[in-house]
Amino acid sequence: MAEVTNQELIQQLTEKFGEKIVGINEPYGLLTFETTKDVIINVLAFLKQNTLASFNFLTDITAVHYPEKKHGIAVVYHLHSMVNKIRIRVKVFIDEHHPEIPTATTLWNAANWMERETYDLFGVKFEGHPDLRRILNMDELGVHPMLKQYPLEDPNRVDKKDEYFGR
Amino acid sequence: MNQPVYTDNDPQNELVTLNLGPTHPATHGVFQNVIQLDGERIVSGVSTIGYIHRAFEKIAEHRPFYQITPLTDRLNYCSSPINNMGWHMTVEKLLNIKMPKRVDYLRVIIMELARISDHIICNTIIAQDTGATTTFLYLFQFREHIYEIYEEICGARLTTNIGRIGGFERDFNEIAFAKINKFLKEFPVALREFESLLNRNRIFIDRTAKVAAVSAEQALDYGWTGPLLRSAGVDYDVRVSDPYSSYEDFDFEVPVGTSGDIYDRYLVRNEEMWQSVRLIEQALEKLKHEPAGIFHADVPEFYLPAKEEVYNNMEALIYHFKIVMGEIDAPKAEVYHSVEGGNGELGFYLINDGGRTPYRLHFRRPSFINYQMFAPMSKGMLLSDAIINMSSMNIIAGELDA
Repeated sequence: MAEVTNQELIQQLTEKFGEKIVGINEPYGLLTFETTKDVIINVLAFLKQNTLASFNFLTDITAVHYPEKKHGIAVVYHLHSMVNKIRIRVKVFIDEHHPEIPTATTLWNAANWMERETYDLFGVKFEGHPDLRRILNMDELGVHPMLKQYPLEDPNRVDKKDEYFGR
Repeated sequence: MNQPVYTDNDPQNELVTLNLGPTHPATHGVFQNVIQLDGERIVSGVSTIGYIHRAFEKIAEHRPFYQITPLTDRLNYCSSPINNMGWHMTVEKLLNIKMPKRVDYLRVIIMELARISDHIICNTIIAQDTGATTTFLYLFQFREHIYEIYEEICGARLTTNIGRIGGFERDFNEIAFAKINKFLKEFPVALREFESLLNRNRIFIDRTAKVAAVSAEQALDYGWTGPLLRSAGVDYDVRVSDPYSSYEDFDFEVPVGTSGDIYDRYLVRNEEMWQSVRLIEQALEKLKHEPAGIFHADVPEFYLPAKEEVYNNMEALIYHFKIVMGEIDAPKAEVYHSVEGGNGELGFYLINDGGRTPYRLHFRRPSFINYQMFAPMSKGMLLSDAIINMSSMNIIAGELDA
């Protein structure tokens, strides 16, 4: 199987999606780029079916919260092309007050629980998801605990402030 | 919405609601499945998870790197060392530390022992759930022997916290090597006996073959990895496709099945145990050609020094203080590293922003992703088949819920 380089992939993606592909980076050799939520499903479908390396496998979906940024929640997709032995990371920054993004369950059934977990922990609403319920926490929790505004320790205690525990 | 229906008060209803779990002797862990039964056939099921959710990802945002190792123990607690090593290697990748070959080989020994102990549990439990208690008892004692080896190396048995970022906390002693050699001598005999009792056993084959068969396309679509994916015929193994810890130096095979049914999963796991034995033998052989006494990389600013050093040596005291306070000079970067865990690809997605703790740490837990197929695939299955299907998926509650 011919080697597919990150440059070739980026070239192919920018040809197809133009300026929707930004923030291209290669931390530790893993091709990373950002895109927007209106094209994310097209980008994922394109990566899955059309590129030089077909990224047939959805490794992971998760999110990261950056409270100081304008679009404060990054939804992160890790894809893997088992045939070409290459991974890729796709990020979408969305508004944390309206955290909505189309679901990837249309492409992979594996996305179902990964998106439920992301919804549970970060409150990201995956539009079109067949069964978007909490998965790890109880239904009555009321908050999405991985957001940075929620402290780890009980905020009412004076002896256990987060700042004493690293952050 | 797919909410589980726990009770049905309608006496006219033909279906029976069965609340299987959260604590049920047949599920070997904290799993709840609310199942609608028509006779013995499952009509629909809803899995509820999260009963032992401990918010590890949140806790990890408040701990320096070295304190996260004990959290990883409690993911797949049947093969804790693989999780520990996976985490160490993630941080080492972030810090650009290269391990000496001897450390890599020692790690391979420990990880393969852990894989054997994981597969022992799964395969003996499949046998147990099909009614073959004897085989369970024959092989299960070897898990005990593996735990004794861990104990010799790190002092702990189940939640091992084995190794450090940058190597091991101490060298393997003579007793540890003696125990590994003894294990290598005795285990193949027992495994052969185990196989001879089950592999061509008519009752066992009737219970497992063609039950819960999964095609390769389905398995990939549902994100399966590890022995489950390989039993469906996809030869994906992180050790081969993305080698870590010098796995590229070793000669081993990746067994694959054809039909993805329970019997194939059993056979794949058995063969992987043989391959693990081969890997340990090769690692022991390779160790003879490496300089003795090296058990960590020479990176004093990242490797937690021994206590005697800390008390008697100025530099060690400074490094110890900085590591414990989380003030190490780690690059601001994000890294994804994965290892082949007992159940599949165990991934760590780490974002470091230069603070004392990770900005974000996400575990890609194979059990969590494998298990989501359980309820959909149980439809139309007999209840007794669904039970052994769950055993053969080797879902570990700790890894499921994180």
